[in-house]
Amino acid sequence: MTERLSNREGIKGMANPTRYGIERVAYWLQRLTGLGLLAYLIGHIFETSTIVHGKVAWDKMLEFTQTPQGHIILTLVIGMCVFHTANGIRVMLGHGGIGVGKPGQPEYPYKAASLNYKQRLCIWVSIGLAALAMMYGASILFGD
Amino acid sequence: MAVVTAPTSSEELITIEKTSGELNTITLRIARSNPAEGHETTYSEFKVPVKKWTTVLEAILYVKQNLDHAVAVRYSCRQASCGSCGMKINGKPSLACYTKVSELHSNIITVEPMNNFPIIRDLAVDFKQLISNHKKMKPFIIREDSEVTPESKEFIQTPKDVEKYLQFSYCIKCGLCNAACPTMATDTSFIGPQGLAQAYRYVADNRDKGKEDRLKIVDDAHGIWRCHFAGSCSQVCPKGVDPAMAIQLLRGYLLGFTK
Repeated sequence: MTERLSNREGIKGMANPTRYGIERVAYWLQRLTGLGLLAYLIGHIFETSTIVHGKVAWDKMLEFTQTPQGHIILTLVIGMCVFHTANGIRVMLGHGGIGVGKPGQPEYPYKAASLNYKQRLCIWVSIGLAALAMMYGASILFGD
Repeated sequence: MAVVTAPTSSEELITIEKTSGELNTITLRIARSNPAEGHETTYSEFKVPVKKWTTVLEAILYVKQNLDHAVAVRYSCRQASCGSCGMKINGKPSLACYTKVSELHSNIITVEPMNNFPIIRDLAVDFKQLISNHKKMKPFIIREDSEVTPESKEFIQTPKDVEKYLQFSYCIKCGLCNAACPTMATDTSFIGPQGLAQAYRYVADNRDKGKEDRLKIVDDAHGIWRCHFAGSCSQVCPKGVDPAMAIQLLRGYLLGFTK
């Protein structure tokens, strides 16, 4: 009720990557990969903790990670990790006011200097690096 | 001196139509709601004749004048100076007076109230939070002396000094940046890009001596640290204020990276 009265978009609006260009897509991917890596971390702790249940339980867990599904998950983790790191460096530098342009007289049609080509290039490079790392990771995991 | 007179005969009207672009018809979908009365949002559809340069605001006013005078909309200057007619046009926050129907490339145009603002009725939203956050930023020069007393002198600034904040002083408080911000969508106490950009406007002004006060206000859990540089505020700003840049520069200033 309060949400309806305040007319806030809520999580649905926050998680919608369309409408506002590549910067909003990068924001969405950064959040998504962050959540994915958090899920992986929890899974990884669970995975390694099976060792306390003895060798049989540990071997069973290792067997799961050696399945195609396990390889797909690890390939996704590699991609998430690379994108989150590379884009995270861009965002952190931006947060410090680095690479966001300089204030000046705005000229029509008012292209925002903070959404400059360097920022966009960094986003595409982050996506590209993640794709390359995923391809390399998949070739190693599925290579045998 | 050009004299503009209203056309008198139908012949004159036809001449005007021929010289001023083709008449087209669009469907204008207007979101109708009255939350105070508990009315859910519905959409009213209207057929509106438009020309190449008809703005969305003109289309809405055509509806008010000829089809349904009860449509609630806030507007004033019709030239992107007052910041009154902000609304969601085909899903994106824009100024209705600054958006031409022809540039939307669609025969169906949906206008809705801006998100992240409480709805008063139909397209009119409540600006209480935006104005209150703007005021919180102390949007004035703070210093003990004055340049208007007989014994004082003008505070001289070089063009370079002015350039540091001029862009951010063009804010018309239309609220489009707050409507597009993903943090505003979820955090009800967030200051918002408009307020934060205005804080930087005064922090960057070398005549101002109130930096410490403002930095204390923005250095808050619902302040500057909640901005994640999604850039949507700058994407929709109709005046080139670039709130995302102001916020990052302010944060850089707080962190000691920028002067």
